Amino acid sequence: MSEAVAQLRRHAQEEASRFPALLARAEQLAGTVLLGEHGRRRAGLGDDFWQYRPLRPGDEYRHIDWRRSARGDEQFVREREWQIAQSVLLWVDPGASMRFASERNLPQKADRARLIALAAAILLIRGGERVGLTGWTLPPQRGDAQILRLAEAFTQENDEDYPAPEARGMIPHARALFISDFLGDPAPVEAALTKAADRGVRGVLLQVLDPSEESFPFEGRTIFQSIGGSLAHETLKAGQLRQSYLQRLAERKDRLQALCRLTGWQYDCHHTSQSAQAALLWIYRAMDGGHR
Amino acid sequence: MTLFGVLGFATPWLLLGLLALPILWVILRAVPPAPIRRMFPGVVLLLGLKDEDQITDRTPWWLLLIRMLAVAAVIVGLAGPVLNPDERDGAAGSGPLLVVMDASWASAPDWRARIEALDGLLARAGREARPVAVLRLTDPQPITFQSADVLRTRLGGLAPDPWTPDTELTSRAVAALPEGRFDSYWMSDALARDARAPLLAALESRGRVTVFESPRATYGLEPARFEDGILQMTLRRLRPGPAAEVSLAAHGKDPAGNPALLLRQPVTFEADATSAGVEISLPAELRARIERFEIEGNRSAGAVSLPDDSLRRREVALIAGRENREGLELLDPLHYLLKALAPTADLLQGPFDTLLPANPDVIVLADVATLTADETAGLTEWLEQGGMLLRFAGPRLAGSDVSRDTEDPLMPVRLRAGGRSVGGAMSWGEPKTLAPFPEDSPFAGLAIPPDVTVSSQVMAQPDPTLADRVIAQLSDGTPLVTRKRIGAGQVVLFHVTANAEWSTLPISGLFVQMLERLSVSSSAARPDADALDGTVWQPLRVLDGFGSLGDGSTLPGVDGAALVSDPLGPDLRPGVYQGEDRALARNVMTADTAFAPAAWPDRIPVEGLSRPRETPLAGWLLAGAVALLLADVIASLALSGRLRGARAAGTAVILAALSLGAEAQAQVQAQVQAQAQTQAQTQAEDTAAIAATAEVVLAHVLTGDPQLDDLARAGLRGLSETLFFRTSIEPAEPMGVDLETDELAFFPFLYWPVTASQPLPSGDAYGKLNTYLRSGGMILFDTRDADIAGFGSGSANGRKLQELARPLDIPPLEPLPQDHVLTRTFYLLQDFPGRHNGRDVWVEAAPADAEQVEGMPFRNLNDNVTPVVIGGNDWAAAWAMDERGNPLVPIGAGFSGERQREIAYRFGVNLIMHVLTGNYKSDQVHVPALLDRLGQ
Repeated sequence: MSEAVAQLRRHAQEEASRFPALLARAEQLAGTVLLGEHGRRRAGLGDDFWQYRPLRPGDEYRHIDWRRSARGDEQFVREREWQIAQSVLLWVDPGASMRFASERNLPQKADRARLIALAAAILLIRGGERVGLTGWTLPPQRGDAQILRLAEAFTQENDEDYPAPEARGMIPHARALFISDFLGDPAPVEAALTKAADRGVRGVLLQVLDPSEESFPFEGRTIFQSIGGSLAHETLKAGQLRQSYLQRLAERKDRLQALCRLTGWQYDCHHTSQSAQAALLWIYRAMDGGHR
Repeated sequence: MTLFGVLGFATPWLLLGLLALPILWVILRAVPPAPIRRMFPGVVLLLGLKDEDQITDRTPWWLLLIRMLAVAAVIVGLAGPVLNPDERDGAAGSGPLLVVMDASWASAPDWRARIEALDGLLARAGREARPVAVLRLTDPQPITFQSADVLRTRLGGLAPDPWTPDTELTSRAVAALPEGRFDSYWMSDALARDARAPLLAALESRGRVTVFESPRATYGLEPARFEDGILQMTLRRLRPGPAAEVSLAAHGKDPAGNPALLLRQPVTFEADATSAGVEISLPAELRARIERFEIEGNRSAGAVSLPDDSLRRREVALIAGRENREGLELLDPLHYLLKALAPTADLLQGPFDTLLPANPDVIVLADVATLTADETAGLTEWLEQGGMLLRFAGPRLAGSDVSRDTEDPLMPVRLRAGGRSVGGAMSWGEPKTLAPFPEDSPFAGLAIPPDVTVSSQVMAQPDPTLADRVIAQLSDGTPLVTRKRIGAGQVVLFHVTANAEWSTLPISGLFVQMLERLSVSSSAARPDADALDGTVWQPLRVLDGFGSLGDGSTLPGVDGAALVSDPLGPDLRPGVYQGEDRALARNVMTADTAFAPAAWPDRIPVEGLSRPRETPLAGWLLAGAVALLLADVIASLALSGRLRGARAAGTAVILAALSLGAEAQAQVQAQVQAQAQTQAQTQAEDTAAIAATAEVVLAHVLTGDPQLDDLARAGLRGLSETLFFRTSIEPAEPMGVDLETDELAFFPFLYWPVTASQPLPSGDAYGKLNTYLRSGGMILFDTRDADIAGFGSGSANGRKLQELARPLDIPPLEPLPQDHVLTRTFYLLQDFPGRHNGRDVWVEAAPADAEQVEGMPFRNLNDNVTPVVIGGNDWAAAWAMDERGNPLVPIGAGFSGERQREIAYRFGVNLIMHVLTGNYKSDQVHVPALLDRLGQ
């Protein structure tokens, strides 16, 4: 009994120790993007005053701010800051296949995926959006407390090799961010995206791959195993499989891209050897794209 | 030993193992490499893919070939292959074998070939299991036959001796021959010798004799003869033959003391001539530095000749108490010494601490009074090892306290204060002449010219030992030259100056003769055996058989008569021998050495030395097998995909490190680090030196009292500012100087505030200070207590000043006279106040004969800048200024105080002007004369 409690406590401490580090890295990463892209400081629907601007042809007269215009000969329109809260739903692949790094100085795919997702969440929450997870576990909410809850949720792992994306609990017209390696069966992904598109949910697919998955630098007699141990494949000359593998990978990417085009999502591929900031910036642009 | 052409095998049956190779091929071929397990998420994309061909689950043929080659190399290597095995038939025999070696200098040039030939003979004897012994005729030892392999390991230790086996040595060898039958190999040096015949007969009576001789030309070099200013060299060769050219080289030390090639001269032997001569004309200076002649490319003691003192010159170091920088050349204290010694000796001049390590034969101190403790210790040690210290008196020695109360260790006698002057304008009597030299004096017999007179001298105190030490005296019996022996060396004091100020001795021929008698300059003929009877000569450097010089100091001394007449042998090696005051050389070749080729009876077979070398190949083959296995490791890794990218580079580096040794890198790293450190240090020193020399910088001595050091710095800053505003001297920010570590030569002027608590500088620091003072620096001592007038004894600072200044080489002082040049270098001054307004400031005393020139308000005093100024007025306090130019220390009261500060500044300006411009204001004494000339 006491053994189990001690183990639980040790695990909890381990988790907790990993958690602030992820949070801190995500905050730092988000900070680098915030410096360059100053929030959504632009005119739009909202309650807060944004600016006065001279009347332009096409403006309705009821928008004229008479108090300001009475001070001179020119008419001014009072603009309000764009304020519309959106819900953003995240799904980060918790599968075992994500816990892979081909070299010691590369991060695991899962690490990178969590980092990018959390940083994006921080950016979005700072921008006033509601962020949550797909499924029922963590519905979209605002505020810094949600960041903590998200970070906690990201640390949970799954031993299944290629889990299907969680597409339940989609709020209509929300936005979504799916991060995975998308190496497993593509059918559930297609189902999830189609379902999302039916509900008017647009979003972003980010495929995170290890450089070795992109180049397949293996030779000789090899037995390949999946991380979870569910799949294995033996070959006598790994080098000869390279062409076929790369072809299959390219096909998979094409299929994802085609799917995205079909459903109005956006697709990008990120390698763990690249900078996380680039991926985050791309996500930020992609999420913002609808408002430009 | 089985032979396959030029290849032989020690254990040929092992080669049967090669038959197993095909079986191994089949076994290895069937075993495919083991698979690697890899985690790879992309496996899902691989499912269903098939390998294109199934054949490669066998080891590839080239990998098999590598392995087969490795195994084959091991098998062949273990079978003991030998290339060119020595299988000379006919001479094959049984029973013991004796190798007789002449081992003289004449066999040295091809000693290596001899040892290799011997090695081949011994290898063969070893295979035939014959016991072997080696007999060296130059050093016959009792003979014990032993295994050839044991003897082979000792071959590297055999070396030729620099003498030839004479009759006595050969008869000892005959006596050492064992009874019973044995064959003999005789490694001959090809020189004809009468002593060979009995040994040959004795050997032939025991068994067969085979002689090995090198056909190579053997050369000899006779000692250099020096005739009519030309070096005559004679070269000889053993066998007459076609015309040949050899190169004669002379080695010695260059002026910096490093070994150098001084001369290379081609010499031609005419066809059928056995000797060749060459005449070499060399400057005396170069000739004196030659340490040996040799025939190049001929490594033997006979091709080397050592010159002795007959070509060498003595080294004389000259040190004057004070360089006369601006004086006339004839007043230079060293001028006449230079003229007298230059033709016959090597002269060294420079600072003391660099001269002593050069270990000159003679050191001349002209009017040097005080030496630091370090210098004294160094000189004493040098003297005890046979140096000769020649001192001359002068005004500074007369004015100093050296050897006054107690005898200075580096002075032969005690001196009375002040010396005496006779025959001058203000004194009674005539200048004195010299008395005839006494019998036991080294000068005995020299004729005394009547015009040698002495007008001034330093006087010896009458001591009990004085009479023994006088070696020359004046007509009134006062000592002129005294001498004291210290260890193996001696100190000689001339009681007059080395220039013509005090006497006419230095400008007479007698002076040169006296120096020669004192062995300051020497050249003499080679002595004969009778003259050397009973003397003992110590070997300095001896030659080995190859003609290289070695240290001879561990060898016993040699009787003088034997040295000249005995033949060379184990007890008398060729080399340079040191006697009491000169060196003699013994050379291998002399003009009457017999030098002819040996003639062997027809019945004796004579063979050459060279034949193809026997080369065991086992080591190479086994090493090749290891290399092949390494290649196999890498190839196997590469084949199974375990070797890629960075890991491949890592493996390669590890393998390279395994074969080359990895610690070299660490060493290099450490070296680089150390270098960087030294570089940083040097850079820091360079920066300080550049800062100190880019502009004029006033400096003060750091006393260790921070308050005082700050005040001194502020004072010099104030003085620098004043100079900047008022004169064309524009000093940079002043610096503090640590006497122990900093270089003083950069600073024209040092301000030294004296505190009772400051530590005494070390011996090195005093050495630097004395060099600084001698080379024209000035130190302003400031006791800061206004009490120097009472000779300082009254105050703690004054006593400290005495303590500090005792080891310094300071000339006689006097209170600053009213007409001193310091009173008018920039401002006209009568007082020299600082914070105090003390009366007296002490500077170098004017010479006694300074006279007032008519029409001028001042005398023509010193020709030089005074090296020290001593006072107690606390000038730094009066000069002190903060960064904004405000005075830091209040002086006096009200306006008169400010006036005093102003005068203090003026004194500072005058002082620095005096330091930097010297005595040029004194030159005004010449103005009337100049105007007079211009008027014409």
